[in-house]
Amino acid sequence: MEAIDTSLVDWSRAQFALTAMYHWLFVPLTLGLGVVMAIMETLYVRTGREFWKQTAKFWMKLFGINFAMGVATGIILEFEFGTNWSNYSWFVGDIFGAPLAIEGILAFFMESTFIAVMYFGWNKVSKRAHLASTWLTIVGATISAWWILVANAWMQHPVGMEFNPDTVRNEMVDFVAVAFNGGAVVKFCHTVASSWVLGCVFVVGVSCWYLLRGRHKEFAHASIRVAAWFGLVAALLTAYTGHHSGRIIAEQQPMKLAAAEGLYEGGHGQGLVLAGVLRPGVDWAAPTQEDKMLLNIEMPYALSLLATHEAEGYVPGIRNILEGGYTLPDGSKALSAEEKMLRGRMAIEALAAYRDAEDEEDKAAALKALRENFDYFGYGYLKEPADLVPSVPLTFYSFRIMVMLGGYFIVLFAGLLVLRHRVEKWRLVQWGVVLTIPLAWLASQAGWVVAEVGRQPWAIQGLLPNVAAISRLETGSVQTTFFIFLVLFTLLLVAELGIMGKAIATGPETDKSAA
Amino acid sequence: MDDIALLQHYWWFLVSLLGALLVFLMFVQGGQSLIWTLGKTEEHRRMLLLATGRKWELTFTTLVTFGGAFFASFPLFYSTSFGGAYWVWVLILLCFVLQAVSYEFQLKRKNLLGTTTYRVFLLLNGILGPLLIGTAVGTFFTGAEFVVNKAAIASPSMPVISSWANPLHGLEAAFVPANLLLGISVLLLTRVLACLYFAENIADEPLRAACRKRLVMESGFFLLFFLTWLVQWLCSAGFAVTEAGTVCLEPYKYLHNLQAMPAVTAVLLVGVLMVVGGMLKGALGWKYAFWLAGPGSVLVVLALLLCAGWNDTAYYPSVADLQSSLTIANSSSGLFTLKTMTYVSFIIPFVIAYIAWAWRALDSEPITVEETDEH
Repeated sequence: MEAIDTSLVDWSRAQFALTAMYHWLFVPLTLGLGVVMAIMETLYVRTGREFWKQTAKFWMKLFGINFAMGVATGIILEFEFGTNWSNYSWFVGDIFGAPLAIEGILAFFMESTFIAVMYFGWNKVSKRAHLASTWLTIVGATISAWWILVANAWMQHPVGMEFNPDTVRNEMVDFVAVAFNGGAVVKFCHTVASSWVLGCVFVVGVSCWYLLRGRHKEFAHASIRVAAWFGLVAALLTAYTGHHSGRIIAEQQPMKLAAAEGLYEGGHGQGLVLAGVLRPGVDWAAPTQEDKMLLNIEMPYALSLLATHEAEGYVPGIRNILEGGYTLPDGSKALSAEEKMLRGRMAIEALAAYRDAEDEEDKAAALKALRENFDYFGYGYLKEPADLVPSVPLTFYSFRIMVMLGGYFIVLFAGLLVLRHRVEKWRLVQWGVVLTIPLAWLASQAGWVVAEVGRQPWAIQGLLPNVAAISRLETGSVQTTFFIFLVLFTLLLVAELGIMGKAIATGPETDKSAA
Repeated sequence: MDDIALLQHYWWFLVSLLGALLVFLMFVQGGQSLIWTLGKTEEHRRMLLLATGRKWELTFTTLVTFGGAFFASFPLFYSTSFGGAYWVWVLILLCFVLQAVSYEFQLKRKNLLGTTTYRVFLLLNGILGPLLIGTAVGTFFTGAEFVVNKAAIASPSMPVISSWANPLHGLEAAFVPANLLLGISVLLLTRVLACLYFAENIADEPLRAACRKRLVMESGFFLLFFLTWLVQWLCSAGFAVTEAGTVCLEPYKYLHNLQAMPAVTAVLLVGVLMVVGGMLKGALGWKYAFWLAGPGSVLVVLALLLCAGWNDTAYYPSVADLQSSLTIANSSSGLFTLKTMTYVSFIIPFVIAYIAWAWRALDSEPITVEETDEH
């Protein structure tokens, strides 16, 4: 019997991850820096000071360099749903395509139209029209993020659809549920707020570099003031939405939460791991003689509180999820992985029987069996329960990195606001802020690793695993394009860093305007 | 016509319109392909790139929206064509990646690869972008080699429903003369439109004269290639869909489509006249010829794409398995999604309005040498 080459799945995943991670190097800076430069230009229009205009123009220059790379990597990402995940594109295209189309119509055109006015329109439109164009550019980028994150949130928690056995796909029946479900709203707020944090870290980092060099001091202090306030608000918002995100994950993706916490054996009154070290090479899908963690410093009851809002609330671990038998919040018993896989296979067989049925009675019986088991449809494609366990080390450590750095950014922005102009005397702090710049990207990437690695093996949670979502290609083709993209993106990233470095070294023209 | 059929026709119209607008806006690519042909001095090259540099994102966005709209309204095409004709789409995407960075990076210091390299990227995008897209669109009329088997989803070991029947994964389309003719025609059309756009928007008389001169040659070649393609298209057999949904070959299908849809025929004829009129007026020095030929090209492409999908025609025929061919009926989204998307589409006039405002604001004064120094 013909079967999917698992290396094709791995390479398709690798290519999508590569593109997504590169894309996410540029998008958060666009979202964060965009708001900062729009605030600067607003100050220019309100005060009429040339200083603010030059400040805004400087950040716009860096925004433009970065924006181009975001666009370049973004187009690949959109089309990869078709090129590499063609079965996915049919199976849920009725639902998933809509946010992408709306993004294009509502957001991309706004962004691409007004960015041209922002860059080329300084002497062609009025001050206020220019300011509106700047804000509309960033509003467009943010709306774009909304629809992409709606699509992503839907993959993590598919709602608002029904399976149609005649067309063999899921079809949308509730647009509001797709576009405004709790997961989408929280994901959008968390992701955009964290992007604002990244943008602000970049601004304060570059500004501190100027202070270290003794250049553009007024510009640096003004930029730090704006970015530190905005960054502090954004960092607090990120923490707040992160908490809600955790609660939603506990409800909808318990395996992801268990992986992020390194929780093999769950129970009541679970503590949250503050710091921990996993035992290397351990099999997280099977019981082991020794403890799966080498070091575990916990905050007692905190995980139960986060997941259930009760100190004694029950949080399942990886073993519990695989073996089932515990009581779910709705009072029913959780099925084991084996049972889910069996029911998944029954759903798939019922679909085949439905399509082969020649009389209405057989069709109705097959449809009934399909409906009864459809919640587990995706499990039918899995080979063994261990397939349900994502990479625990990657999810666990990424989660810790993200949370710890998120906390650090709050302290950083608060510290800069306390120090105000005195930061000029603290060279160590200045160095610290400059060196924080890459940490913002590290936190941002770690967040996506938690979100995406933690939900494996699913392309769509519970409905379609990666193995059933791919395009039928030769592995060699995907390997080739993987390396083409890797070389191209890396080359262009190095070019961008060089250009940005030069632009920063040249600096803003605020001193000329002051003179 | 019931609700779903009406919406399928409406969405095929919108997708066709986006495709037509994309071809029009690819004058940016046409302009890039002429960087060194028209730009004999660095000043001229900078003016040419500034002129198209203000517009490239619109073309790019139209491509992305075209893809998104196709995905939302006809997901089986997205799934079958992108996943099967892998290499064609990857090449097209690579071309556009190179374009996206090149405008911004080309004149920046420390750009790693040097100004000339980025301009070569723009040249590559300018030639390959329209050529590949035109060739890919050619398969809407000549067919592609794929098989769709929806029952495969119930096979746990191999659940992929679409498979490509040619190991070249789409590159084989370039060996079909009709596809290549269309690809070259699209490339030449973008170059014609670029000449007209430059002549209107650059305040440099020697450059304008060079554009007009080049326009004559590009127009001649375009008419030669396009009319050859058009004649073979009208004479070719097309892929008709019977009432039972069976796909079969029908001689002169596209000619029959034009006869069955007089409004579409009128759009095609008016479009052709506007394109030809724009070329002639442009060659004679009329400043606004771009606004005659540009919308004309939109009408021509719109009419051709409507002929591909309307009037019971398979818009993406399979030559490997005729019954796997995609029609607007068997490849569309469900009624609810099409309805929802239709409400969203009502915002399009507003989008066009602000694009028109921005276009007018930026192009109100022709580009001067001094302006290139500011950017």
